[in-house]
Amino acid sequence: MITTQSRVGKTVRIVALGIWLIITLFPLYWIVVTAVKPRRDIYAFPVEYWPQTFSLENFVNLFAVSNFGTYLTNSIIVSVVAATLVTLISLLSGYVIARFEFHAKSAVLMAFLVTQMIPGFIALGPLYQLMVDLGLVNDRTGLVLVYIAMCIPFSTIMLRGFFENVPDALEEAAMIDGCSRLGALFRVLVPIMTPGIVAAFIFNFVSCWNELFLSVTLMTSDANKTVPTALNGFITSYNIDWGSMSAAAVLTIIPTMVLFAFASKYIVQGLTSGAVKG
Amino acid sequence: MTTTLPERQATPPAAPAGGPSRPPASRRRAFTRRRALTIAAFLAPAFVVVAVFTYYPMLSGSLGAFRTWTIYNVAEQPWTGLDNFRGVLTDPLFYGTVGNTIVWVIGSIVPQFVIGFALALWMRRKFRFRGIYQALVFFPWAVSGFLIGVLFRWMFNSEFGVINDLLMRSGIVDSPLPWLATPALAMPAVIIANVWYGVTFFAIMILAALQSVPDELYEASALDGAGKLRSFWHVTVPYIRTTLALTVLLRTIWIFNFPDLIFGMTGGGPGGRTHIVTSYMISITQQGEYGRASALGLIVMLVLAIFAVFYLLATREKKEAYR
Repeated sequence: MITTQSRVGKTVRIVALGIWLIITLFPLYWIVVTAVKPRRDIYAFPVEYWPQTFSLENFVNLFAVSNFGTYLTNSIIVSVVAATLVTLISLLSGYVIARFEFHAKSAVLMAFLVTQMIPGFIALGPLYQLMVDLGLVNDRTGLVLVYIAMCIPFSTIMLRGFFENVPDALEEAAMIDGCSRLGALFRVLVPIMTPGIVAAFIFNFVSCWNELFLSVTLMTSDANKTVPTALNGFITSYNIDWGSMSAAAVLTIIPTMVLFAFASKYIVQGLTSGAVKG
Repeated sequence: MTTTLPERQATPPAAPAGGPSRPPASRRRAFTRRRALTIAAFLAPAFVVVAVFTYYPMLSGSLGAFRTWTIYNVAEQPWTGLDNFRGVLTDPLFYGTVGNTIVWVIGSIVPQFVIGFALALWMRRKFRFRGIYQALVFFPWAVSGFLIGVLFRWMFNSEFGVINDLLMRSGIVDSPLPWLATPALAMPAVIIANVWYGVTFFAIMILAALQSVPDELYEASALDGAGKLRSFWHVTVPYIRTTLALTVLLRTIWIFNFPDLIFGMTGGGPGGRTHIVTSYMISITQQGEYGRASALGLIVMLVLAIFAVFYLLATREKKEAYR
């Protein structure tokens, strides 16, 4: 009796999990299928669930009608530079918060947590004004700086969690052997924490890669647009070309998906261990 | 949550007061100063960047809420007292967006919670490929909210959308529905997209909480003759209650702050029917009405602060519970 019941339970469970998996993956499947259909088949109803003819027409068209190559380059440069710098800066801040007790510690943490609850887009106007004053509008350096500020709090909290998992005896030993604190951090701790640091880098990269409102505000000229800014332009145009749109969406999603697949275990760990992401 | 777990005591141990090995006061002072310098130096880069590019705009925006400030008078911004707030509060669209926000938050969070909880319960027991499964259902998190809006905009397309096709094939509707052009259907459509996006987060947070419940508790309740349902209500739920509350609060804040999906899917349309307060604020900013946007931003910050206080109180309660 008990065995049949649990077998039924198991079947229900597998079916339910399977249905959710299909629901989760369908939108991704659908955008890929749309991207590889020839134009005439995209605009067909009833729809084709499996493309009759494969075609790269949409991708070719995307690069022909827009400067998508430029947008991709901008996005890659800004995201890589910003994510690298954020990861370095928050290695230092995360380390100090994990290893030291000091009076202002809870205030520092609070200052970071607050930025996770109040979104950056709340002050788009003043930020634009500031960047005009600094001469950093339509400048990749400006966007990098803004993205660093955006990513530091979460990255710090995430790395702090990873530091707390490493016993401090290691760097103390290195320091007794004459290493400076910075030396101990980079020569002893960083090599041990590589997976966690890579995960933090990936998370920061993906946050910058996906960011929309700040880049829309600060990158107004076509030569400086990032991919999300360009997509926003596509979508606000009167007639959306779903062929190019889906090709662009696929090219935007693929890198982040690949990176996330590598790091999802650590990112899940970071999320569930209480780092707040807003 | 990490921020609340008992802090490690990693500081170099203080010399025992008055002990025979106590170093001279000058050396101790030098040591403390060195330590303070290290802390300051390590925190400085992070702090400076966040102060300049996050805090300063927020602060000047808060002041800007009391000035006449549009894209046309950037040079001089006279003080106007509460005019901007009056402008926001007399704007009929504002009240519509407040209503929309409430529908958006509650309509999204309840199904996310229920489905996420169910998934977590189903995923608790180990099965083959659970790691891969978890990575696959985590995929929406790699995609930006804006792009998810775009994907669903295409799927909900009135003429060529796959959702209309599925509904017609299964006989639920006879003709294609103009989802995103119909005021009554647009909000449900964006909520469906948001539920799809947010379920995984709940599932993963709740799964982690479930896995923290010690097995002995279940064994004990089974010995006492409790069935599955009883041990769920009397062991599982009380044990993870605080985590559940924290997750719901965090998600409430987050969904409130999530205009990205709406921008990708409807841009607030039709006729502002899917604008939530934050997306409305961004569209006011984009029209160059900085002063009025800042006033609205200040109101939003106040609301968020209330939620944040609840959140921090709940984390404190959790900290106490673990003591």
